[in-house]
Amino acid sequence: MMDKDTLWIVIFGLGIGSFLLRFAFLGFVGDRPLPAWLVRHLRYTAVAILPALVAPLVVYSGEGGTTDPTRLGAAVVTLGVGIWTRNVFAAIGAGAATLFLLVYILG
Amino acid sequence: MPFTTTKSAFWAGVRDGAPFIFVAGPFALLFGVIATEAGLSIFEVISFSVVVIAGAAQFTALQLMQDEAPTVIVLLSALAVNLRVAMYSAALTPYLGRAPLWQRAFAAYLLVDQSYALSHAKFEADASMSIPQRMAYYFGTCLLVLIVWFGCSYAGAAIGTALPVGLPIDFALPIAFLSMVAPMMRTLPHLIAAGVAVVVALLAVSIPYSLGLIVAGMAGMIAGAQAEVWLRADPMLPVDEDPQ
Repeated sequence: MMDKDTLWIVIFGLGIGSFLLRFAFLGFVGDRPLPAWLVRHLRYTAVAILPALVAPLVVYSGEGGTTDPTRLGAAVVTLGVGIWTRNVFAAIGAGAATLFLLVYILG
Repeated sequence: MPFTTTKSAFWAGVRDGAPFIFVAGPFALLFGVIATEAGLSIFEVISFSVVVIAGAAQFTALQLMQDEAPTVIVLLSALAVNLRVAMYSAALTPYLGRAPLWQRAFAAYLLVDQSYALSHAKFEADASMSIPQRMAYYFGTCLLVLIVWFGCSYAGAAIGTALPVGLPIDFALPIAFLSMVAPMMRTLPHLIAAGVAVVVALLAVSIPYSLGLIVAGMAGMIAGAQAEVWLRADPMLPVDEDPQ
């Protein structure tokens, strides 16, 4: 269970921070172009942060830092279907189905 | 076809934005379900969706709060996931930068993937639009997505409180993240960025305060940007944009 004070700090901190990111150029900067090196790095933020967040959750998903085969299986299927179909919801559906199936089979 | 009124521009935006309710809706639903399973009340879920309006960033914050990461890391990581909206803001500024400040502030609050993608394509294709027409079109693209975002967050929260306990819901977030990441693997530099981030994240789990995530994210970003320079593989970046 998470702490409620922390939750509200995160909600408003994230709200203000996201607004500032969105307002940065529309509001403050005007139409000056961004340096190319900055744009180039910004392009890879989400594609770096999200895998970095999810990798330990998949690989250390079992008790005491081991790998839980049901969760690893579900992750592999989600990623595979996602890359194959480019469809977020096909990937979620396939991953969830795999997880339920493996939990049922392997206990 | 040029717009004759700002009203027709607004409704064109609403029409063009309509298909995106099928993208935003399920995500908001999923967020509502997972957030209530994590212990948030319906009011907290709705507040989160109204104040932040950012799918991946909301999921990121939720996961890290469950991991009891320090608040600073929760905010930094979630904002890093959302950094792309700063790029959107920059891309729209040449078209909307001269609108009144209050309109720009409101537009900034509503800046999401859909409103950016639709509006930028429209403004580029139709040079005859006036600034009020552009703003009207932009707000039009936001209308349905916004209603669906808030509505489905509520529906998801209501469903979440009714779900039986004992479902393997702990893994719903990783599955959601993986499904979001998969379509991003468009080019080799994207793949390299993700691969480096994964390896560093796995090696860096023992770094305290979840700082390993930040280190891994930065390593992935640098690797992706460098790979792009070496390969020039990204079709989004014409060679002449590069300063070298």
